[in-house]
Amino acid sequence: MYAQMVKTAGTGVKKPKDMTAEEKAFQAKIDRNEKIEPKDWMPDDYRATLIRQIGQHAHSEIVGQLPEGNWLTRAPTLERKAILLAKVQDEAGHGLYLYSACETLGVSRDELTEMLLNGKMKYSSIFNYPTLNWADMGAVGWLVDGAAIMNQVPLQRTSYGPYSRAMVRICKEESFHQRQGYAIMMKMAAGTADQKRMAQDALDRLWFPSLMMFGPSNKESVHSEQSMAWRIKINTNDELRQKFVDQTVPQIEFLGLTCPDKDIKWNEEKGGYDYTDPDWSEFFAVLKGNGPCNKDRLAARNAAWKNGAWVRDAMLAHARKKAARKAVAA
Amino acid sequence: MSNEWPLWEVFIRGQHGMSHRHVGSLHAADAESAMMNARDVYTRRNEGVSIWVVEAAHIAASAPGDKGPLFEPANSKVYRHPTFFDIPDDAGAM
Repeated sequence: MYAQMVKTAGTGVKKPKDMTAEEKAFQAKIDRNEKIEPKDWMPDDYRATLIRQIGQHAHSEIVGQLPEGNWLTRAPTLERKAILLAKVQDEAGHGLYLYSACETLGVSRDELTEMLLNGKMKYSSIFNYPTLNWADMGAVGWLVDGAAIMNQVPLQRTSYGPYSRAMVRICKEESFHQRQGYAIMMKMAAGTADQKRMAQDALDRLWFPSLMMFGPSNKESVHSEQSMAWRIKINTNDELRQKFVDQTVPQIEFLGLTCPDKDIKWNEEKGGYDYTDPDWSEFFAVLKGNGPCNKDRLAARNAAWKNGAWVRDAMLAHARKKAARKAVAA
Repeated sequence: MSNEWPLWEVFIRGQHGMSHRHVGSLHAADAESAMMNARDVYTRRNEGVSIWVVEAAHIAASAPGDKGPLFEPANSKVYRHPTFFDIPDDAGAM
């Protein structure tokens, strides 16, 4: 539920001698851990990169509702249904916090929506995978939200004030998501042989796509040095992926399931697991639009936007009519 | 005319009798729907007991460049703080 492969605008980190006085003051402010606020001066490239990053993050939250929405009418009990509904509603809320933060940079909500709908802006690759059995709701909460938390917790300290504040709110709510997911996995893994098989199947399908959420290895990651200097990226992709693997492998063991990575091995020397990288050619194919569900996801968002148009227009027309009537009466 | 709903700023009073605090923004066609949306977006976990919504266009805000003239004069007026005055302990609680 965050951004991948965000291209940083500009030509890389400038040396202090090449910076203008404004750029120097701006960087010094970030280095002092002060927040940049919407009306403050900022380099055009900082603004452009943040719009891409926050916009992609917001789109991920919104599109991320679709794979889970698939199970709202199929939840096994009323309680599970209510919990899943609350989680999906949270994702909508997260999207709205982030769109608002993004709009403070001078882009409109409609512009952002249109860039999602016409494919100019991306959302996280993970949501282009299908959710095939009920245990997927467990695995998504546990792994996908878990991976998102890894990335979002450090972003609470990001340099851009509105983004940082949105991250604080989101992180507060996100831990419910991960725990409800793991609770589903615990139930399934301790259930009948069929239920345990479904839990293993969900883990098998979502393990590598979850590792892809952190984006490609540092070696292939473009321009991240500048984003780190601006404090809009706090850790490298590989650092976060390692942290995620180290946290998750013992949780797999606790469930009594098998890690889909056959070569996973504890490395005493580095104090972490050696793991197999996901298939990056698959990742790039999914980003290009060729994942299992890309077309479905975009079609669903486009249909929602198109079919909701008359409601948006009618509400605005009604509000304008009421305001005009009030003005005449006054 | 743009068909995008106007932007509203949302303020919530928390449980403990504090003043309303800015929590974020949202889009809505009018005040009534802004209130409903604020409830759904910002109070899903009992965060508040009261909501204000204000259309963002109606907020007047100071500019970053005004920071000096607005706030610097207070720097030299340390006597506005109680710690400026040295009162002997013998004088009792004060």
